[in-house]
Amino acid sequence: MKFAVLVFPGSNCDIDMYHAIKDELGEEVEYVWHDATDLSEFDGILVPGGFSYGDYLRCGAMANQSNVMVEVKKAAAEGKPVLGVCNGFQILTEAGLLPGALLRNVNLKFMCRTVQLKVENNNTLFTNQYEQGEIINIPIAHGEGNYFCDEETLANLKANNQIVFTYSGENPNGSLEDIAGIINEQGNVLGMMPHPERAANEILGSSDGLALFKSIVKQWREQHV
Amino acid sequence: MSKLEPTAEQIKEQKLYADMGMSDEEFELACNIIGRIPNWTETGLFSVMWSEHCSYKNSKPVLRKFPTKGPQVLQGPGEGAGIVDIGDEQAVVFKMESHNHPSAIEPYQGAATGVGGIIRDVFSMGARPIAMLNSLRFGELQSERGKYLFEEVVAGIAGYGNCIGIPTVGGEIQFDPCYEGNPLVNAMCVGLIDHKDIQRGIAAGVGNTVMYVGAKTGRDGIHGATFSSEELSEDSEEKRAAVQVGDPFMEKLLLEACLEVVKSDALVGIQDMGAAGLTSSSAEMASKAGTGVEMNLDLVPQRETGMTAYEMMLSESQERMLIVVKHGREEEIKAIFDKYGLDAVAIGRVTDDKMLRLLHNGEVVAEVPADALAEDAPVYHKPSKEPAYFAEFQAIENVEPEVADYKETLTALLKAPTVASKEWVYDQYDYQVRTNTVVAPGSDAAVLRVRGTNKGLAMTTDCNSRYIYLDPETGGKIAVAEAARNIVVSGGEPLAITDCLNFGNPEKPEIFWQLEKSADGISAACTALNAPVIGGNVSLYNERSGEAVYPTPTIGMVGLVKDLSHVTTQEVKNAGDVIYLIGDSKTEFGGSELQKLIHGKIFGQAPSIDLDVEAARQKAILSAIRSGLVESAHDVSEGGVAVALAETTFSAKDLGIYVTLEGSAVTALFSESQSRFIVTVKEENAGEFEDIIPEAKKIGVVTDDAKITINGDAGVLVEGTVEEFRSAWKGAIPCLVKSEA
Repeated sequence: MKFAVLVFPGSNCDIDMYHAIKDELGEEVEYVWHDATDLSEFDGILVPGGFSYGDYLRCGAMANQSNVMVEVKKAAAEGKPVLGVCNGFQILTEAGLLPGALLRNVNLKFMCRTVQLKVENNNTLFTNQYEQGEIINIPIAHGEGNYFCDEETLANLKANNQIVFTYSGENPNGSLEDIAGIINEQGNVLGMMPHPERAANEILGSSDGLALFKSIVKQWREQHV
Repeated sequence: MSKLEPTAEQIKEQKLYADMGMSDEEFELACNIIGRIPNWTETGLFSVMWSEHCSYKNSKPVLRKFPTKGPQVLQGPGEGAGIVDIGDEQAVVFKMESHNHPSAIEPYQGAATGVGGIIRDVFSMGARPIAMLNSLRFGELQSERGKYLFEEVVAGIAGYGNCIGIPTVGGEIQFDPCYEGNPLVNAMCVGLIDHKDIQRGIAAGVGNTVMYVGAKTGRDGIHGATFSSEELSEDSEEKRAAVQVGDPFMEKLLLEACLEVVKSDALVGIQDMGAAGLTSSSAEMASKAGTGVEMNLDLVPQRETGMTAYEMMLSESQERMLIVVKHGREEEIKAIFDKYGLDAVAIGRVTDDKMLRLLHNGEVVAEVPADALAEDAPVYHKPSKEPAYFAEFQAIENVEPEVADYKETLTALLKAPTVASKEWVYDQYDYQVRTNTVVAPGSDAAVLRVRGTNKGLAMTTDCNSRYIYLDPETGGKIAVAEAARNIVVSGGEPLAITDCLNFGNPEKPEIFWQLEKSADGISAACTALNAPVIGGNVSLYNERSGEAVYPTPTIGMVGLVKDLSHVTTQEVKNAGDVIYLIGDSKTEFGGSELQKLIHGKIFGQAPSIDLDVEAARQKAILSAIRSGLVESAHDVSEGGVAVALAETTFSAKDLGIYVTLEGSAVTALFSESQSRFIVTVKEENAGEFEDIIPEAKKIGVVTDDAKITINGDAGVLVEGTVEEFRSAWKGAIPCLVKSEA
């Protein structure tokens, strides 16, 4: 399986995503610069964290105007797996690929720590290697991770089982209903604030994020025998 | 449009140079060097290059004392940052720098641009920055202003580092009233490089092209270096314009572009436009190469209109670099910067006449020998005088303070901001980005893996300025020794240090004495512990309305972890493990946390240190760690053994400790004697461990009851749950920040 890691000028978790796929998962992966106009050779799209264009404006607002996002929307429509982490999640909401928005953390400060997540839905192409209800340790590092959406959207998210991860125990940033990650209705676009790529090797404190990437590969292999 | 500039005659007659920080003698020297009276722009060039910040004119005689050589040193002081070999054709590049004055008046931007500046120093060497550390000093968080400075400095460091994507992995913070009006903000950057990519800031090759790359030049930060070289006063607020504004996104672009450019053989030299901006980079690059540089300032990318030559040359706008490129290959370089949307403009050329020559609007506006600016600043041997307080303190005998309730005292020490958990701070720093952080903030040193190898780098910053105030030479030794202890207990071997010498006004003989003596101490410890000085920075005039900060020569140290299996942390690991104390606890309380707690001030003698004992002990502990015998290791520092023991339980899961200490209780618990360690070892390894370190004293055992019990000769001294001590320790800083002043 071949992954694309998008690189905006201010992406900084691109390298982490790249190495999680290459070193820990052993799959093919390439960096793709933000002006790319063709993603057809890739089987999965990873939108990494960072500060895509400095994010002096709303996070991800400018990234959504870049060439490559046209292609990301195309890939999403074709049913390819698209994962946005942290700034990647913010970009996917700006792009309208996921509902809602990420507001500033309730304490108005950037926060970096390892949190516990609950797997709310293990019946997705991103979570099939987790147990339903499993508690996993994944780091967060963001200033604007406070998920918000209107009541109707929330009702839909619940009705369609689109809430994939919630914060377990402490809700660090004030997210509505403890939401840490959501999936689109079609089930192929996941956005999450916590960083699974930072939890891909025990030497860094946790390898609980690896199963997420393994889930993507497993599903893809089953469909491409 | 710009105002009419004073003429050369007016500058001389009205002594206008004095406003730029030049003395009469210095102005005369400048006149003699160029054989005429310098014009306004030239006076600006001299004044900024001859400021203490750029020339080290007051500190040079002291800096010469430092040991700077060793087989591991690839680049010592003099370039953007020092470089040390770590084997496999790889090297580590690091440097620490102060941004104290800007942070005192504009804390967010002052701290942010301090981070930005030191990052540029590291990638200008061709290295990929992999980690940031810092060393901060504030007042005791009692005033609104004090809290504001603290919160904004932390936010500024976080804002810049998080955005550019370099993890902030460690540091230290101390609080004392002497820093109330003049906080210290020292930032350290560590980078990684392959030997073949090492760059230098030189303008070599006559006819080669001088290119300006990065952000445009504005009027921010004019005379920043001059402003940093005088005392702060009530009027300093007016100098906010001398504080630069940072743009970490721009720096991220510049960083990636420069790291691409260093792979090109078209590049000849590269240097950060840091303090004194375009002036220092051009003059120093020419001087180091023995060449001259001619620049046409009309070509300098500008973000404001009508800028004069003076303003452009003295601007300290951020995120800019000066590079020298082989003639004819400018387009290749330009293409790389184009990819990142950055300016890369040929503004001049390398000449053979050793002059820095500036053209503006078709006229030569300055013509000064590059060496005169970069090398010929006067060097002052300032008078030095032992302050009266020193003899008084030395005459005070070491006595043990009286403590009524040991548990209450331990709790109070854990709540002292200098000792308390810094989680409130490092929670705001992204310390994991780039996924190499093996030991995150909160242990003794941070450890990063070197991707693709089995090696690690341990790094720390340290300085107990109270000891240095009481006894600068001893305190200087302790600062280096403590940094080395932190590296060793983390499983690393000290490689080298960078330092940031933060002192008061060196024109006062007592201050200069502090500087000299602490440099002697630092030098002695560097030699004893085989950790030469590979670079650093001097920040003098740290005074507010005549009151100097404690002498604070901050030490930044990097060590090599030869194998990641050696990585050790401070928290206890398994119930049943044996707890050892290494080193004697003596009646030493001068400058201690306990003394400060009880008396509200410090006095007396600093703790003594024997560098031979220190070196031998560190060697033995590293050897035990490398033999796989050590489960946890922690050095004993502020607050003594009681605080150190408590700290070993705070991030351990549901474990506790049960120990018995011999001797007088107050000394056993709270003395700050040096060269002491707490180590835990599995029962079955105890024999082998004691063979390596025969002087290690068994003091107790790790328990599974999540309680801290410390006994003395006559029964229980301290007893409580880990949770009650932890919550005191963890809650102290958030509590202080939120409390009403």
